[in-house]
Amino acid sequence: MSGVAMPAFAPIAPEIVLAAAACVVLVVEVYGRSTDLTYRLSQASLVLTALVLALNFPEDAIVAFSGTFIADPMAGVLKLATLVIGWFLFFYLHAHLRARSRARGEHFILGLFALLGMMVLVSAANLLTVYLGLELLSLSLYAMVALDRDSPVAAEAAMKYFVLGALASGMLLYGMSMVYGATGTLELAGIGAAAQDGTDLILVLGLVFVVTGIAFKLGAAPFHMWIPDVYEGAETPVTMFVGTAPKLAAFAMAVRLLADGLWGLHGEWQDMLVVLAVLSIGIGNVIAIAQANLKRMLAYSTIAHMGFLFLGIIPGTGEGFAAAMFYVIVYAVMALGAFGMIVVLSREGFEADRIDDFRGLNERSPWQAFLMLVLMLSMAGVPPFVGFWAKWSVLREVVAAGFVWLAVVAVVFSVVGLFYYLRIVKLMYFDEPDDEPPLSVASPLRLVISVNALSVLVVGLFPGALLGWCLAALTGG
Amino acid sequence: MPEFVTGAVAWLPHGLQVTILTVLKILAIMIPLVLSVAYFTLAERKVIGYIQVRLGPNRVGPRGLFQPFADVIKLLLKEVIVPAGANRGLFLMAPVLALVTALSAWAVVPFDQHLVLADVNAGLLYVLAMTSLGVYGIIIAGWSSNSKYSLLGAMRSAAQIVAYEIAMGFALVGVLVAAGSLNLREIVLAQEGSLLHWFWLPLWPLFLVYWISGVAETNRAPFDVAEGESEIVAGFHVEYSGMSFALFFLAEYANMILIAVLAAVMFLGGWLSPLEGLVDFGRVAGWSPAAAALLGPGLHWFVFKTALFCFVFLWMRATFPRYRYDQIMRLGWKVFIPVTIVWIVVVGLGVVFAVPPWFD
Amino acid sequence: MFEQVVFYFFAAVLVVAGALVITVRNPVHAALCLVLAFFTSAAIWLLLEAEFLAIALVLVYVGAVMVLFLFVVMMLDVNLVPLREGFIRYLPIGIGIAVVVLVELVVVLGGDRFDLLPAPEPHPADYSNTRELGQVLYTVYVYPFEIASLILLVAIVAAIALTLRRREGRRGQRPEEQVRVRRADRVRLVRMPAVRREGLAEGGGGRAAAPGGETAPEAGE
Repeated sequence: MSGVAMPAFAPIAPEIVLAAAACVVLVVEVYGRSTDLTYRLSQASLVLTALVLALNFPEDAIVAFSGTFIADPMAGVLKLATLVIGWFLFFYLHAHLRARSRARGEHFILGLFALLGMMVLVSAANLLTVYLGLELLSLSLYAMVALDRDSPVAAEAAMKYFVLGALASGMLLYGMSMVYGATGTLELAGIGAAAQDGTDLILVLGLVFVVTGIAFKLGAAPFHMWIPDVYEGAETPVTMFVGTAPKLAAFAMAVRLLADGLWGLHGEWQDMLVVLAVLSIGIGNVIAIAQANLKRMLAYSTIAHMGFLFLGIIPGTGEGFAAAMFYVIVYAVMALGAFGMIVVLSREGFEADRIDDFRGLNERSPWQAFLMLVLMLSMAGVPPFVGFWAKWSVLREVVAAGFVWLAVVAVVFSVVGLFYYLRIVKLMYFDEPDDEPPLSVASPLRLVISVNALSVLVVGLFPGALLGWCLAALTGG
Repeated sequence: MPEFVTGAVAWLPHGLQVTILTVLKILAIMIPLVLSVAYFTLAERKVIGYIQVRLGPNRVGPRGLFQPFADVIKLLLKEVIVPAGANRGLFLMAPVLALVTALSAWAVVPFDQHLVLADVNAGLLYVLAMTSLGVYGIIIAGWSSNSKYSLLGAMRSAAQIVAYEIAMGFALVGVLVAAGSLNLREIVLAQEGSLLHWFWLPLWPLFLVYWISGVAETNRAPFDVAEGESEIVAGFHVEYSGMSFALFFLAEYANMILIAVLAAVMFLGGWLSPLEGLVDFGRVAGWSPAAAALLGPGLHWFVFKTALFCFVFLWMRATFPRYRYDQIMRLGWKVFIPVTIVWIVVVGLGVVFAVPPWFD
Repeated sequence: MFEQVVFYFFAAVLVVAGALVITVRNPVHAALCLVLAFFTSAAIWLLLEAEFLAIALVLVYVGAVMVLFLFVVMMLDVNLVPLREGFIRYLPIGIGIAVVVLVELVVVLGGDRFDLLPAPEPHPADYSNTRELGQVLYTVYVYPFEIASLILLVAIVAAIALTLRRREGRRGQRPEEQVRVRRADRVRLVRMPAVRREGLAEGGGGRAAAPGGETAPEAGE
């Protein structure tokens, strides 16, 4: 044998468990006749993976598998959050599909593989694993969007998502090849050691493409074109799948590539991210006002939120990354709740994805209206909800880094953004419903959406724990 | 290469010497091969004739022995017709392409321990790659003829070959795991020992899969839907005539012989003698060197095994009814591929635990 | 010297084939040019002693991927006229972008950025590219390798999920049921006493069976 030692399997145990579980679920789905069973097994595999992860939670950075895999506290926190969000995603997905009595197991199988891809991406320590994790994630998502085969809108969305996603992957790969050419290594640690010189044109060219690829995947302006169409065209729970957990992974990808790999070019990527952030916050918040479709509106709000996420990355400090990580987790939970509300309000043959569908919700179901109120205010960044703390923490880091004007721009556009969130609140509480029947929601779904929305409130009242956890994960203290 | 040949060209510059010797070696493989193909066609008609209680061709020469030459002369003299709507360049290129790919795989075949044109490391892979190229001749022929029967035949053939290539490739993976090498000569040497050491025994399922896939890859009965004369006239070569048709014929039979040769090399020990381990060749050589040469390993065993498999080709054609298209696809994808994957695992375990007598 | 001639020959063919892929009008010809391009790049890899990669390229891309590609292209009845129109119309823009990219690449990458590496020492005759690749693929790169396999698995699942439609009333064959069939499921043997009518038998009409009305059929094994 060659001189390569047996790799350490303990840090990678969660991924192995999830991969094995996904394969088992696949076989059960093929030979079993009940989609319900597939769903329960998928949920169980997420729980099992989370347990294994919690038992093996990385205290320090452990690099395994010849420098292709890294398990550090940041990866641990993000993976745990991904798995929890994944549990909710599966729940909404199942509720949605069962209500339409066309439940198919492929959704859950592809979902499991997508979550696995996110975990791989979060733990990537090598350009190869970054790319492969991204592809595993993206390919599963393209297919999930396309699974709604009888809907031409979904097919169009899948096509756009696929073509633009492939283009983004191409950009990223092109940039990676430049970086590889300039540094001669694929390992992010090695690249970080070799890429110290910001005047190296090849590195800068590579960086441009890498940042483009990241912006594409996160959906930051001006690389946001796919977001509204995909969000609108996909089935609501699939939109949720595209719009929540992958953002965590994309955040991790950005940190790994920019902070671990290309730290030497901090000045260069800082400028690029500032442009992306301003454009995203501006375009997202302004165009969202004009939307009549809630999914499109949330899509533009996503773009704005991704701009805020970049604000946390711009300073390049551990505190900044911690704030950005807090932001992205909070955003994912809020978006989960907002899309969850669409699932709650929809029924067979009717998608409650127009903003007008929320008209007079208070009369139909005061509790659901209250949950939506919490979510919208949190997204808008109103205290005491968690969205406020998320915005506050990234703005504080940006100001600390000396970008006061950037913070001012962000706040101004947030105030603009307040308008469209509050419009929904106004529709719910001050308008009459269009002779819709009173809303009856199955009790498990009601419980889950309540937990989801109220967590926004509870974490908002006590933000210290999660924020401290993120801080500890990224600054080691 | 005998000394008198190397001596005859010794006065030439080195590069030219190598070129001439290589060309001679190629001819030494090609000429017997083309003759074998010629007599394989005769054998086919004779064997099938006897199986069907007929006589077969018996007019040209004693017992019809010169029939192949008559056929060749007939085909050479016929006009090559290019259909009006055909894509002329591709139409004429297709048979050449089919023949070139069929012949190029022969470069790595080890006829004997030292009798091999190119002793390359990745020989098995090379053979697989070359046989997979054979499909181009067929689909280009089918498309460029501008005929619906041709196109249908080409489509069927392409789907069939791609499907069975996977099963075949997996079967060969089992062989290379067992032998620990991609070099065909080393694969034969790994089977040394006795009749029971040959890979047909430990790799029995892969052997079957390989053989049936090989029959399907060459579009032979019972998998000859690409030609399917009762459904689509003659499939991809319906528009071909004369010499261009003959090239397809030549390619098909060369491919059949190649499949037979590979089966002999990979599963029946190539040039090894089946008497190995039973007879002490050294002692036999003591009282009769000729008998030792006959009983010991050598080219004659290789030819004998190849002929055996060639006969099975004909036997199958005369015996089995043609498979339906969906049945072919099912067999390839749903039966053979799972079987091979399972058996690769078994072979892998056998190699890891060095199971005697094959893998120790 | 000889190696360089071979290299430049294959490189030239590769470039020409690559250019033809995008300029040839007939899509089938374009696909075939792509095949040629793959083939020549495989040959160039062979010159680099990467025989496994070279043969794998031929096997996978030429032998399987391009066959399916041709399969699809031949099935499509592409109308060539609109394609040509688009080509002429977008040609100036395309050339413009190509020139810009070229200039950028020359500025960034050209000159002394990448020095020509010295030619590597040829490996000894017993060097096996396949073995070397296998050694690193299953040790150093085992983790990316396994992820790549999962990606392929997802591709299979997605392709099947997107195309397989379970239609009602489809008449298919179930070989496992066919194999399980016993004679009793299909055939009921009926025992009938043979009755010979004198007159007919002598006439040699060959109708040995009794007329149906005369004997009651008796069910039996």
